[in-house]
Amino acid sequence: MEVLKTLVVDDELGMRMSIKRALTKYKANLPDIDEPVIFDVDVAETGEEALDKINTEKPDVLLLDYKLPGISGLELLEKVTSQDNEMVTIMITAYASIETAVTAVKRGAFDFLSKPFTPDELCKTVSKAAHKLILARRVRKLEQEKHQVRFQFISVLGHELKSPLNSVEGYMDIMKKKTLGEELSAYEKMVDRCLIRIDGMRKLIYDLLDLTRIESGQKKRELQEHGIVKFAETAVETALPVANEKEVSINLEAPDSIRMLCDSGEIEIILNNLISNAVKYNRQKGSVNIALSQQDDLVTISVKDTGIGMSEEEASRLFQEFVRIRNEQTKNIQGSGLGLAIVKKIVDLYHGTIEVKSTPGEGSTFTVILKNSER
Amino acid sequence: MVNSNTKILIVDDDIDFLTQLEINLKSEGYNVITAEGQQAAEEILKEITPDLAIVDLMMENMDGGFSLAYHIKKKDQSVPVILVTAVASETGLEFDAATDEERSWVKADVFLAKPIRFEQLLREIKKLLKQG
Repeated sequence: MEVLKTLVVDDELGMRMSIKRALTKYKANLPDIDEPVIFDVDVAETGEEALDKINTEKPDVLLLDYKLPGISGLELLEKVTSQDNEMVTIMITAYASIETAVTAVKRGAFDFLSKPFTPDELCKTVSKAAHKLILARRVRKLEQEKHQVRFQFISVLGHELKSPLNSVEGYMDIMKKKTLGEELSAYEKMVDRCLIRIDGMRKLIYDLLDLTRIESGQKKRELQEHGIVKFAETAVETALPVANEKEVSINLEAPDSIRMLCDSGEIEIILNNLISNAVKYNRQKGSVNIALSQQDDLVTISVKDTGIGMSEEEASRLFQEFVRIRNEQTKNIQGSGLGLAIVKKIVDLYHGTIEVKSTPGEGSTFTVILKNSER
Repeated sequence: MVNSNTKILIVDDDIDFLTQLEINLKSEGYNVITAEGQQAAEEILKEITPDLAIVDLMMENMDGGFSLAYHIKKKDQSVPVILVTAVASETGLEFDAATDEERSWVKADVFLAKPIRFEQLLREIKKLLKQG
Protein backbone atom coordinates (compact mmCIF):
# COMPACT_ATOMS: atom_id res chain seq x y z
CA MET A 1 0.00 0.00 0.00
CA GLU A 2 1.40 3.37 -0.99
CA VAL A 3 0.40 6.33 1.18
CA LEU A 4 0.34 9.80 -0.31
CA LYS A 5 0.38 12.74 2.07
CA THR A 6 -2.32 15.13 1.00
CA LEU A 7 -2.86 18.68 2.14
CA VAL A 8 -6.23 20.40 1.66
CA VAL A 9 -6.12 24.18 1.81
CA ASP A 10 -9.49 25.91 2.03
CA ASP A 11 -10.87 28.63 4.27
CA GLU A 12 -14.31 26.96 4.44
CA LEU A 13 -14.48 24.39 7.22
CA GLY A 14 -17.23 22.43 5.46
CA MET A 15 -15.16 22.09 2.30
CA ARG A 16 -12.04 20.98 4.19
CA MET A 17 -13.97 18.39 6.12
CA SER A 18 -15.88 16.93 3.20
CA ILE A 19 -12.74 16.61 1.07
CA LYS A 20 -10.91 15.03 3.97
CA ARG A 21 -13.74 12.57 4.57
CA ALA A 22 -14.00 11.54 0.92
CA LEU A 23 -10.25 11.08 0.41
CA THR A 24 -9.60 9.27 3.69
CA LYS A 25 -12.08 6.60 2.65
CA TYR A 26 -10.75 6.40 -0.89
CA LYS A 27 -8.45 3.65 -2.10
CA ALA A 28 -7.16 4.23 -5.64
CA ASN A 29 -6.24 1.35 -7.91
CA LEU A 30 -4.08 2.89 -10.59
CA PRO A 31 -3.03 1.44 -13.94
CA ASP A 32 0.57 0.01 -14.00
CA ILE A 33 0.83 0.40 -10.24
CA ASP A 34 0.55 -2.83 -8.30
CA GLU A 35 -0.30 -1.50 -4.90
CA PRO A 36 -3.45 0.47 -4.10
CA VAL A 37 -2.83 4.06 -3.13
CA ILE A 38 -4.39 5.65 -0.06
CA PHE A 39 -4.36 9.24 1.13
CA ASP A 40 -3.26 10.61 4.47
CA VAL A 41 -5.13 13.92 4.59
CA ASP A 42 -4.16 17.02 6.52
CA VAL A 43 -5.88 20.40 6.31
CA ALA A 44 -4.91 24.06 6.43
CA GLU A 45 -7.16 27.11 6.72
CA THR A 46 -4.95 29.82 5.31
CA GLY A 47 -2.16 30.18 2.76
CA GLU A 48 0.30 30.98 5.56
CA GLU A 49 -0.58 27.84 7.48
CA ALA A 50 -0.37 25.86 4.24
CA LEU A 51 3.14 27.16 3.45
CA ASP A 52 4.26 26.11 6.90
CA LYS A 53 2.87 22.64 6.48
CA ILE A 54 4.28 22.28 2.97
CA ASN A 55 7.75 23.09 4.25
CA THR A 56 7.58 20.81 7.27
CA GLU A 57 5.33 17.95 6.20
CA LYS A 58 6.29 17.83 2.51
CA PRO A 59 2.93 16.66 1.18
CA ASP A 60 2.71 14.73 -2.09
CA VAL A 61 -0.63 16.13 -3.22
CA LEU A 62 -1.89 19.65 -2.65
CA LEU A 63 -5.56 20.60 -3.03
CA LEU A 64 -5.59 24.35 -3.09
CA ASP A 65 -8.51 26.74 -2.99
CA TYR A 66 -8.15 29.59 -5.44
CA LYS A 67 -9.66 32.13 -3.12
CA LEU A 68 -7.98 32.41 0.25
CA PRO A 69 -7.71 35.23 2.75
CA GLY A 70 -4.13 36.53 3.07
CA ILE A 71 -1.84 34.83 0.56
CA SER A 72 -4.06 33.90 -2.36
CA GLY A 73 -4.16 30.44 -3.86
CA LEU A 74 -2.35 31.60 -6.98
CA GLU A 75 0.44 33.29 -5.01
CA LEU A 76 0.88 30.18 -2.94
CA LEU A 77 0.95 28.07 -6.08
CA GLU A 78 3.69 30.23 -7.51
CA LYS A 79 5.71 30.01 -4.32
CA VAL A 80 5.55 26.24 -4.06
CA THR A 81 6.24 25.53 -7.73
CA SER A 82 9.33 27.74 -7.63
CA GLN A 83 10.56 25.72 -4.63
CA ASP A 84 11.05 22.68 -6.83
CA ASN A 85 8.91 20.42 -4.69
CA GLU A 86 8.03 16.89 -5.67
CA MET A 87 4.34 17.69 -5.32
CA VAL A 88 1.30 17.79 -7.57
CA THR A 89 -1.20 20.58 -7.09
CA ILE A 90 -4.90 20.54 -7.88
CA MET A 91 -6.51 23.96 -7.91
CA ILE A 92 -10.02 24.33 -6.54
CA THR A 93 -11.88 27.16 -8.24
CA ALA A 94 -15.06 28.74 -6.97
CA TYR A 95 -16.88 28.59 -10.26
CA ALA A 96 -16.29 27.04 -13.63
CA SER A 97 -14.03 29.73 -14.97
CA ILE A 98 -11.82 28.45 -17.72
CA GLU A 99 -9.61 31.51 -17.38
CA THR A 100 -8.81 30.85 -13.76
CA ALA A 101 -8.12 27.24 -14.49
CA VAL A 102 -5.81 28.12 -17.37
CA THR A 103 -3.90 30.59 -15.22
CA ALA A 104 -3.53 27.97 -12.49
CA VAL A 105 -2.27 25.31 -14.88
CA LYS A 106 0.11 27.79 -16.47
CA ARG A 107 1.56 28.51 -13.05
CA GLY A 108 2.23 24.87 -12.34
CA ALA A 109 -1.02 23.26 -11.20
CA PHE A 110 -1.56 19.75 -12.53
CA ASP A 111 -5.35 19.97 -12.76
CA PHE A 112 -8.34 21.84 -11.42
CA LEU A 113 -11.69 21.11 -9.77
CA SER A 114 -14.55 23.55 -9.99
CA LYS A 115 -16.99 23.91 -7.16
CA PRO A 116 -19.36 22.32 -6.66
CA PHE A 117 -17.95 18.85 -7.25
CA THR A 118 -19.03 15.39 -6.17
CA PRO A 119 -16.81 13.10 -4.06
CA ASP A 120 -16.54 10.96 -7.14
CA GLU A 121 -15.18 13.80 -9.27
CA LEU A 122 -12.78 14.67 -6.47
CA CYS A 123 -11.46 11.11 -6.25
CA LYS A 124 -11.08 10.83 -10.00
CA THR A 125 -9.04 14.03 -10.24
CA VAL A 126 -6.91 13.14 -7.24
CA SER A 127 -6.22 9.65 -8.56
CA LYS A 128 -5.07 11.10 -11.89
CA ALA A 129 -2.68 13.40 -10.03
CA ALA A 130 -1.45 10.51 -7.86
CA HIS A 131 -0.83 8.42 -10.97
CA LYS A 132 1.25 11.13 -12.56
CA LEU A 133 3.23 11.68 -9.37
CA ILE A 134 4.03 8.04 -8.80
CA LEU A 135 5.07 7.42 -12.40
CA ALA A 136 7.28 10.51 -12.41
CA ARG A 137 8.96 9.30 -9.24
CA ARG A 138 9.58 5.88 -10.74
CA VAL A 139 11.13 7.37 -13.84
CA ARG A 140 13.38 9.52 -11.70
CA LYS A 141 14.44 6.54 -9.61
CA LEU A 142 15.18 4.46 -12.70
CA GLU A 143 17.25 7.26 -14.14
CA GLN A 144 19.24 7.56 -10.95
CA GLU A 145 19.89 3.83 -10.92
CA LYS A 146 20.94 3.93 -14.55
CA HIS A 147 23.25 6.78 -13.77
CA GLN A 148 24.75 4.83 -10.88
CA VAL A 149 25.30 1.70 -12.99
CA ARG A 150 26.90 3.80 -15.68
CA PHE A 151 29.16 5.51 -13.22
CA GLN A 152 30.32 2.18 -11.83
CA PHE A 153 30.87 0.81 -15.31
CA ILE A 154 33.03 3.78 -16.25
CA SER A 155 35.14 3.66 -13.10
CA VAL A 156 35.82 -0.06 -13.52
CA LEU A 157 36.56 0.52 -17.19
CA GLY A 158 38.99 3.28 -16.25
CA HIS A 159 40.74 0.88 -13.92
CA GLU A 160 40.90 -1.87 -16.56
CA LEU A 161 42.35 0.53 -19.12
CA LYS A 162 44.88 2.01 -16.73
CA SER A 163 46.23 -1.33 -15.64
CA PRO A 164 47.91 -2.30 -18.96
CA LEU A 165 49.18 1.27 -19.37
CA ASN A 166 50.82 1.16 -15.95
CA SER A 167 52.38 -2.15 -16.79
CA VAL A 168 53.77 -1.09 -20.17
CA GLU A 169 55.00 2.19 -18.71
CA GLY A 170 56.82 0.35 -15.94
CA TYR A 171 58.68 -1.82 -18.46
CA MET A 172 59.48 1.17 -20.66
CA ASP A 173 60.94 2.94 -17.68
CA ILE A 174 63.24 0.02 -16.92
CA MET A 175 64.32 -0.12 -20.57
CA LYS A 176 64.95 3.61 -20.70
CA LYS A 177 67.13 3.50 -17.60
CA LYS A 178 68.81 0.37 -18.94
CA THR A 179 68.47 -1.11 -15.48
CA LEU A 180 69.46 -4.55 -16.79
CA GLY A 181 72.50 -3.28 -18.67
CA GLU A 182 73.30 -2.72 -22.34
CA GLU A 183 72.50 -6.23 -23.58
CA LEU A 184 69.25 -6.08 -25.61
CA SER A 185 68.37 -9.72 -25.00
CA ALA A 186 67.92 -8.98 -21.31
CA TYR A 187 64.82 -7.02 -22.21
CA GLU A 188 63.17 -9.51 -24.53
CA LYS A 189 60.73 -10.85 -21.97
CA MET A 190 59.64 -7.31 -21.15
CA VAL A 191 58.88 -6.56 -24.76
CA ASP A 192 56.80 -9.74 -24.90
CA ARG A 193 54.87 -8.75 -21.79
CA CYS A 194 54.26 -5.26 -23.21
CA LEU A 195 52.88 -6.78 -26.39
CA ILE A 196 50.61 -9.13 -24.44
CA ARG A 197 49.24 -6.29 -22.31
CA ILE A 198 48.71 -4.08 -25.35
CA ASP A 199 46.91 -6.93 -27.07
CA GLY A 200 44.69 -7.38 -24.03
CA MET A 201 43.90 -3.69 -24.04
CA ARG A 202 42.96 -3.79 -27.70
CA LYS A 203 40.66 -6.76 -27.06
CA LEU A 204 39.04 -4.81 -24.24
CA ILE A 205 38.42 -1.85 -26.52
CA TYR A 206 36.94 -4.09 -29.24
CA ASP A 207 34.69 -5.79 -26.69
CA LEU A 208 33.67 -2.43 -25.35
CA LEU A 209 32.71 -1.26 -28.82
CA ASP A 210 30.70 -4.46 -29.41
CA LEU A 211 28.91 -3.97 -26.13
CA THR A 212 28.11 -0.32 -26.82
CA ARG A 213 26.84 -1.12 -30.28
CA ILE A 214 24.54 -3.85 -29.00
CA GLU A 215 23.30 -1.76 -26.09
CA SER A 216 22.66 1.39 -28.07
CA GLY A 217 20.82 -0.59 -30.74
CA GLN A 218 22.68 1.52 -33.28
CA LYS A 219 24.25 -1.35 -35.09
CA LYS A 220 21.80 -2.42 -37.72
CA ARG A 221 21.11 -6.10 -37.35
CA GLU A 222 21.31 -7.92 -40.62
CA LEU A 223 19.03 -10.88 -40.23
CA GLN A 224 19.54 -13.51 -42.89
CA GLU A 225 19.09 -17.20 -43.15
CA HIS A 226 22.48 -18.80 -42.42
CA GLY A 227 23.80 -22.28 -41.97
CA ILE A 228 25.54 -21.66 -38.66
CA VAL A 229 27.91 -24.64 -38.65
CA LYS A 230 30.40 -22.69 -40.75
CA PHE A 231 30.57 -20.03 -38.03
CA ALA A 232 31.38 -22.71 -35.48
CA GLU A 233 34.11 -24.08 -37.75
CA THR A 234 35.66 -20.61 -38.08
CA ALA A 235 35.53 -20.09 -34.32
CA VAL A 236 37.29 -23.43 -33.81
CA GLU A 237 40.00 -22.42 -36.28
CA THR A 238 40.49 -19.14 -34.44
CA ALA A 239 40.91 -20.98 -31.15
CA LEU A 240 43.29 -23.61 -32.56
CA PRO A 241 46.66 -21.86 -31.98
CA VAL A 242 46.02 -21.49 -28.26
CA ALA A 243 44.47 -24.96 -28.10
CA ASN A 244 47.52 -26.52 -29.76
CA GLU A 245 49.81 -24.78 -27.34
CA LYS A 246 47.91 -26.37 -24.44
CA GLU A 247 47.37 -29.63 -26.35
CA VAL A 248 43.63 -29.20 -25.97
CA SER A 249 41.55 -31.12 -28.49
CA ILE A 250 38.42 -29.54 -29.94
CA ASN A 251 35.54 -31.64 -31.25
CA LEU A 252 32.64 -30.18 -33.15
CA GLU A 253 29.44 -32.13 -33.54
CA ALA A 254 26.89 -30.39 -35.72
CA PRO A 255 24.57 -31.48 -38.50
CA ASP A 256 25.07 -29.32 -41.60
CA SER A 257 21.33 -28.89 -41.81
CA ILE A 258 21.13 -26.34 -39.00
CA ARG A 259 19.91 -23.08 -40.42
CA MET A 260 18.56 -20.06 -38.68
CA LEU A 261 17.57 -16.50 -39.29
CA CYS A 262 20.27 -14.51 -37.56
CA ASP A 263 22.88 -11.81 -37.77
CA SER A 264 26.11 -13.57 -38.70
CA GLY A 265 28.26 -11.20 -36.63
CA GLU A 266 26.24 -11.89 -33.51
CA ILE A 267 26.46 -15.67 -33.84
CA GLU A 268 30.20 -15.37 -34.45
CA ILE A 269 30.63 -13.37 -31.22
CA ILE A 270 28.72 -16.01 -29.22
CA LEU A 271 30.70 -18.92 -30.65
CA ASN A 272 34.08 -17.19 -30.48
CA ASN A 273 33.60 -16.23 -26.85
CA LEU A 274 32.35 -19.60 -25.67
CA ILE A 275 34.95 -21.61 -27.56
CA SER A 276 37.92 -19.40 -26.72
CA ASN A 277 36.88 -19.45 -23.05
CA ALA A 278 36.60 -23.24 -23.12
CA VAL A 279 40.19 -23.37 -24.42
CA LYS A 280 41.60 -20.62 -22.19
CA TYR A 281 40.21 -22.01 -18.95
CA ASN A 282 41.01 -25.63 -19.85
CA ARG A 283 43.75 -27.80 -18.43
CA GLN A 284 46.78 -29.03 -20.33
CA LYS A 285 45.73 -31.87 -22.69
CA GLY A 286 42.06 -31.23 -21.96
CA SER A 287 39.23 -31.28 -24.44
CA VAL A 288 36.44 -29.05 -25.72
CA ASN A 289 33.23 -30.56 -27.04
CA ILE A 290 30.95 -28.35 -29.07
CA ALA A 291 27.48 -29.55 -30.03
CA LEU A 292 24.99 -27.71 -32.19
CA SER A 293 21.45 -28.94 -32.60
CA GLN A 294 18.09 -27.73 -33.80
CA GLN A 295 14.58 -28.57 -32.78
CA ASP A 296 11.64 -26.69 -34.27
CA ASP A 297 12.53 -23.02 -33.97
CA LEU A 298 15.14 -23.51 -31.23
CA VAL A 299 18.87 -23.77 -31.88
CA THR A 300 21.03 -25.10 -29.07
CA ILE A 301 24.75 -24.44 -28.78
CA SER A 302 26.54 -26.33 -26.07
CA VAL A 303 30.24 -25.98 -25.26
CA LYS A 304 31.72 -28.37 -22.75
CA ASP A 305 35.25 -28.11 -21.39
CA THR A 306 37.42 -30.12 -19.04
CA GLY A 307 38.82 -27.03 -17.39
CA ILE A 308 39.07 -25.52 -13.97
CA GLY A 309 35.33 -25.11 -13.45
CA MET A 310 33.82 -22.80 -10.90
CA SER A 311 31.59 -22.68 -7.85
CA GLU A 312 27.87 -21.94 -8.02
CA GLU A 313 28.45 -18.53 -6.50
CA GLU A 314 31.05 -17.72 -9.14
CA ALA A 315 28.76 -18.98 -11.91
CA SER A 316 25.98 -16.70 -10.72
CA ARG A 317 28.12 -13.60 -11.24
CA LEU A 318 29.62 -14.71 -14.53
CA PHE A 319 27.45 -12.79 -16.97
CA GLN A 320 27.91 -9.40 -15.35
CA GLU A 321 30.21 -6.84 -16.88
CA PHE A 322 33.83 -6.93 -15.76
CA VAL A 323 33.31 -10.01 -13.64
CA ARG A 324 36.31 -12.27 -13.90
CA ILE A 325 36.73 -15.15 -11.56
CA ARG A 326 40.01 -14.40 -9.83
CA ASN A 327 41.96 -17.17 -8.23
CA GLU A 328 45.33 -18.88 -8.40
CA GLN A 329 44.34 -20.75 -11.55
CA THR A 330 42.97 -17.79 -13.50
CA LYS A 331 45.38 -15.05 -12.56
CA ASN A 332 47.60 -15.48 -15.59
CA ILE A 333 44.73 -15.81 -18.06
CA GLN A 334 44.03 -12.64 -20.00
CA GLY A 335 40.49 -11.43 -20.52
CA SER A 336 38.52 -8.25 -20.82
CA GLY A 337 35.80 -9.34 -18.43
CA LEU A 338 33.22 -8.33 -21.01
CA GLY A 339 32.99 -11.43 -23.23
CA LEU A 340 30.19 -13.26 -21.45
CA ALA A 341 28.31 -10.04 -20.72
CA ILE A 342 28.26 -9.44 -24.47
CA VAL A 343 27.17 -13.02 -25.17
CA LYS A 344 24.32 -12.62 -22.69
CA LYS A 345 23.17 -9.39 -24.34
CA ILE A 346 23.13 -11.04 -27.76
CA VAL A 347 21.29 -14.09 -26.44
CA ASP A 348 18.65 -11.69 -25.11
CA LEU A 349 18.23 -10.26 -28.61
CA TYR A 350 17.20 -13.76 -29.73
CA HIS A 351 14.88 -14.17 -26.71
CA GLY A 352 17.12 -17.05 -25.79
CA THR A 353 18.74 -18.37 -22.67
CA ILE A 354 22.29 -19.04 -21.53
CA GLU A 355 23.27 -21.17 -18.61
CA VAL A 356 26.33 -22.77 -17.18
CA LYS A 357 26.73 -26.04 -15.31
CA SER A 358 30.07 -26.44 -13.65
CA THR A 359 32.01 -28.59 -11.24
CA PRO A 360 35.19 -27.07 -9.80
CA GLY A 361 38.20 -28.99 -11.02
CA GLU A 362 36.24 -30.97 -13.61
CA GLY A 363 34.91 -28.49 -16.11
CA SER A 364 32.03 -26.36 -17.27
CA THR A 365 29.28 -26.67 -19.85
CA PHE A 366 27.78 -23.55 -21.35
CA THR A 367 24.43 -24.02 -23.05
CA VAL A 368 22.92 -21.33 -25.24
CA ILE A 369 19.43 -21.71 -26.65
CA LEU A 370 18.47 -19.29 -29.39
CA LYS A 371 15.08 -18.71 -30.95
CA ASN A 372 15.10 -18.64 -34.70
CA SER A 373 14.49 -14.94 -35.32
CA GLU A 374 11.30 -14.07 -37.11
CA ARG A 375 11.34 -11.90 -40.12
CA MET B 1 76.53 -3.84 -2.44
CA VAL B 2 75.27 -1.82 0.46
CA ASN B 3 71.74 -3.21 0.65
CA SER B 4 72.39 -6.86 -0.10
CA ASN B 5 71.63 -8.01 3.43
CA THR B 6 68.25 -6.34 3.40
CA LYS B 7 65.47 -8.78 2.50
CA ILE B 8 62.40 -7.22 0.93
CA LEU B 9 59.30 -9.34 0.37
CA ILE B 10 56.98 -8.16 -2.41
CA VAL B 11 53.52 -9.63 -2.84
CA ASP B 12 51.27 -8.88 -5.79
CA ASP B 13 49.08 -10.91 -8.13
CA ASP B 14 49.96 -8.56 -10.97
CA ILE B 15 52.91 -10.39 -12.47
CA ASP B 16 54.11 -7.31 -14.38
CA PHE B 17 54.19 -5.11 -11.32
CA LEU B 18 55.99 -7.85 -9.43
CA THR B 19 58.62 -8.30 -12.13
CA GLN B 20 59.24 -4.57 -12.48
CA LEU B 21 59.56 -4.00 -8.78
CA GLU B 22 61.90 -6.96 -8.45
CA ILE B 23 64.19 -5.62 -11.20
CA ASN B 24 64.19 -2.09 -9.78
CA LEU B 25 64.83 -3.15 -6.19
CA LYS B 26 67.54 -5.60 -7.21
CA SER B 27 69.27 -2.83 -9.15
CA GLU B 28 69.38 -0.91 -5.87
CA GLY B 29 71.12 -3.92 -4.38
CA TYR B 30 68.28 -5.29 -2.24
CA ASN B 31 67.71 -8.96 -1.68
CA VAL B 32 64.24 -9.43 -3.18
CA ILE B 33 61.77 -12.24 -2.55
CA THR B 34 58.59 -12.29 -4.61
CA ALA B 35 55.22 -13.94 -4.01
CA GLU B 36 52.37 -13.99 -6.51
CA GLY B 37 49.64 -14.12 -3.93
CA GLN B 38 48.70 -14.27 -0.30
CA GLN B 39 49.11 -18.05 -0.01
CA ALA B 40 52.58 -18.06 -1.51
CA ALA B 41 53.53 -15.19 0.77
CA GLU B 42 52.28 -17.02 3.88
CA GLU B 43 54.43 -20.01 2.90
CA ILE B 44 57.50 -17.80 2.53
CA LEU B 45 56.80 -16.16 5.89
CA LYS B 46 57.04 -19.55 7.59
CA GLU B 47 60.68 -19.76 6.49
CA ILE B 48 61.93 -16.22 6.71
CA THR B 49 61.19 -12.87 8.26
CA PRO B 50 61.79 -10.07 5.78
CA ASP B 51 63.23 -6.71 6.76
CA LEU B 52 60.41 -4.98 4.90
CA ALA B 53 57.30 -6.07 2.98
CA ILE B 54 55.50 -4.44 0.06
CA VAL B 55 52.00 -5.86 -0.24
CA ASP B 56 49.28 -5.22 -2.82
CA LEU B 57 45.86 -4.69 -1.32
CA MET B 58 43.78 -6.28 -4.07
CA MET B 59 44.69 -9.85 -4.44
CA GLU B 60 42.48 -12.79 -5.25
CA ASN B 61 40.65 -12.43 -1.96
CA MET B 62 39.38 -8.92 -1.78
CA ASP B 63 41.11 -8.18 1.51
CA GLY B 64 44.15 -10.39 1.00
CA GLY B 65 46.52 -7.48 1.45
CA PHE B 66 45.04 -6.43 4.74
CA SER B 67 45.14 -9.86 6.32
CA LEU B 68 48.63 -10.52 5.02
CA ALA B 69 49.86 -7.24 6.48
CA TYR B 70 48.23 -8.24 9.75
CA HIS B 71 50.00 -11.61 9.75
CA ILE B 72 53.36 -10.04 9.02
CA LYS B 73 52.93 -7.60 11.90
CA LYS B 74 51.74 -10.34 14.21
CA LYS B 75 54.82 -12.36 13.50
CA ASP B 76 57.16 -9.44 14.02
CA GLN B 77 55.81 -6.04 14.92
CA SER B 78 59.02 -4.33 13.81
CA VAL B 79 58.77 -5.33 10.11
CA PRO B 80 57.69 -2.26 8.13
CA VAL B 81 54.82 -2.92 5.72
CA ILE B 82 54.02 -0.82 2.66
CA LEU B 83 50.54 -1.42 1.27
CA VAL B 84 50.02 -0.54 -2.37
CA THR B 85 46.68 -0.33 -4.10
CA ALA B 86 45.24 0.43 -7.49
CA VAL B 87 41.71 0.93 -6.23
CA ALA B 88 42.00 4.06 -4.12
CA SER B 89 41.62 6.59 -6.87
CA GLU B 90 38.76 4.87 -8.71
CA THR B 91 36.56 4.01 -5.80
CA GLY B 92 37.15 7.21 -3.88
CA LEU B 93 38.34 5.02 -1.04
CA GLU B 94 41.04 6.79 0.84
CA PHE B 95 43.46 5.04 3.04
CA ASP B 96 46.21 6.47 5.02
CA ALA B 97 48.41 5.27 7.78
CA ALA B 98 49.59 8.62 9.01
CA THR B 99 47.96 8.73 12.44
CA ASP B 100 48.22 6.32 15.36
CA GLU B 101 44.51 5.67 15.20
CA GLU B 102 44.73 4.57 11.56
CA ARG B 103 47.80 2.51 12.25
CA SER B 104 45.96 0.75 15.04
CA TRP B 105 43.56 -1.01 12.66
CA VAL B 106 45.41 -0.85 9.36
CA LYS B 107 48.51 -2.90 9.89
CA ALA B 108 50.67 -0.93 7.52
CA ASP B 109 53.17 1.83 7.86
CA VAL B 110 52.67 3.47 4.47
CA PHE B 111 49.98 3.45 1.81
CA LEU B 112 50.85 4.08 -1.83
CA ALA B 113 48.48 4.32 -4.78
CA LYS B 114 49.35 2.70 -8.10
CA PRO B 115 50.87 3.68 -10.44
CA ILE B 116 53.80 4.02 -8.12
CA ARG B 117 56.82 6.10 -8.97
CA PHE B 118 59.77 3.95 -8.09
CA GLU B 119 61.79 6.91 -6.76
CA GLN B 120 59.03 7.67 -4.30
CA LEU B 121 58.78 4.04 -3.23
CA LEU B 122 62.53 3.94 -2.74
CA ARG B 123 62.40 7.03 -0.52
CA GLU B 124 59.72 5.39 1.62
CA ILE B 125 61.73 2.17 1.87
CA LYS B 126 64.86 4.03 2.97
CA LYS B 127 62.87 6.03 5.50
CA LEU B 128 61.32 2.90 6.98
CA LEU B 129 64.64 1.09 7.06
CA LYS B 130 66.25 4.23 8.56
CA GLN B 131 68.73 4.47 5.74
CA GLY B 132 67.46 7.94 4.82
